[in-house]
Amino acid sequence: MHVPDGFLDAPTSLATAAIAAAGVGLALRGARRELSDATAPLAGLVAVFVFATQMLNFPVGAGTSGHLLGGALAAVLVGPFTATLCLTVVLLIQGLAFADGGLTALGTNITLMGLVGVWVGYAVFRAARAVLPRRTSSVPLAAAIGAFVSVPAAALAFSVLFAIGGQAPIEFSTLAATMIGWHTLIGLGEATITFLAVASIAATRPDLVYGARDLVASTHDLEVRTGALA
Amino acid sequence: MGAGHGHFLHFHGHSALHRLPAHAKLVALLIFVTCVVVTPRTQVWAFAAYAVLLLLAMAASRVPTAYLGRRMLIEIPFVVFALLMPLIATGPRVDVGPLRLSEAGLWGAWALLAKGTLGVGASVLLGSTTEPRDLVRALDKLHMPQPLVQIASFMFRYLEVVLAELQRMKVARESRGFHARSVKQWPVLAATVGALFMRSYERGERVHLAMLSRGYAGRLPFAAELAASRVEWARALALPSAALLVALAAWVRMGA
Repeated sequence: MHVPDGFLDAPTSLATAAIAAAGVGLALRGARRELSDATAPLAGLVAVFVFATQMLNFPVGAGTSGHLLGGALAAVLVGPFTATLCLTVVLLIQGLAFADGGLTALGTNITLMGLVGVWVGYAVFRAARAVLPRRTSSVPLAAAIGAFVSVPAAALAFSVLFAIGGQAPIEFSTLAATMIGWHTLIGLGEATITFLAVASIAATRPDLVYGARDLVASTHDLEVRTGALA
Repeated sequence: MGAGHGHFLHFHGHSALHRLPAHAKLVALLIFVTCVVVTPRTQVWAFAAYAVLLLLAMAASRVPTAYLGRRMLIEIPFVVFALLMPLIATGPRVDVGPLRLSEAGLWGAWALLAKGTLGVGASVLLGSTTEPRDLVRALDKLHMPQPLVQIASFMFRYLEVVLAELQRMKVARESRGFHARSVKQWPVLAATVGALFMRSYERGERVHLAMLSRGYAGRLPFAAELAASRVEWARALALPSAALLVALAAWVRMGA
């Protein structure tokens, strides 16, 4: 779902670029709290992880296969601010080096996947966590619900953008119904894979799952002492 | 990366396009695609002019056409969407062979194909003639926020490491007789995602520690700052300037 150049008209692209810039600006501030002082190496590796995960094909049957979008998964694993930054860089690199997604549509793509996908996924995850029992086993389930909702939510956002600045007049209700219907199916796949992946991580390293941190007995944070040699 | 080991995204070469400073090329690309995107779609000749300009630049890069063509296949999903547009769009209809197609939908499909293809072509050309390391330096030079520059830098640096890790996991799975056929195999693949996350995260922690122990204080040292002379800027901006003239002419004709 990478929007190319010329898919939406210039005013819509500019508007989404402004939204994306504001969102990424907030994420830059917020990410400092999620990962310790130096975010770069960890966030960089998480970005590579998101990128690599999108290359892993899951067979659906009849010779077709799909892949993970990973917005909700990243938000649950490393926190929504860091996830927004990682998705932003992944989209930037995909646009610049792979030509996947247009440069003038970068703002649109970041808004859809880095903001809507990540934050809807994370908000639903939080809501589900609040309802489900306070157990580690609730975390993968809540992550799956977040992932399930995030995909059609991004599809709805896309339909709204297309209705505002699309290249052809397509009935909004038709487009939205088709997009949401189709992406609900994709969301089911996303939810299943997110559930299984988070479950496997929570089983071995629950301390690495950001969305489960409140359930893990406090671990000793790495302490960097300066001037010890002096 | 060791010596003589090219990046899989970059086509090694020494053309004038390869030698241009990355930030100048990035600015040029941005102006070019912006011109393409704002051009009214009814000015068909303008898109032909853009295509000629882009093909000239591609020829100057001396990157094989087959290589560029293969990289441009990434566009296919949206070609499918473009081809559907005349069928689902509303408005007056025109008969094309056995089909009754929407006129607005046909224009939409044309605009998407023309603008999308030009955008993909220009981006592929930048990606093929610029080393990833230089792309990151260009983003730094163009004042992208430091955290994003650093994340991008680490992403390029560890992309092949992590993809190789994923490949080793695939070899390990398949040497145990695993073959992904249907949804039943998803748990195994999802466990791969989980393992990949833990390994990536732990690698990130190790890298961070190693950097701290070597005096990292929040900014990456670049071997040399990117610099572009006036001549280089002029060369890089030749293509987008021509594109800007085409866009202006298209708007003037549109208004006439």
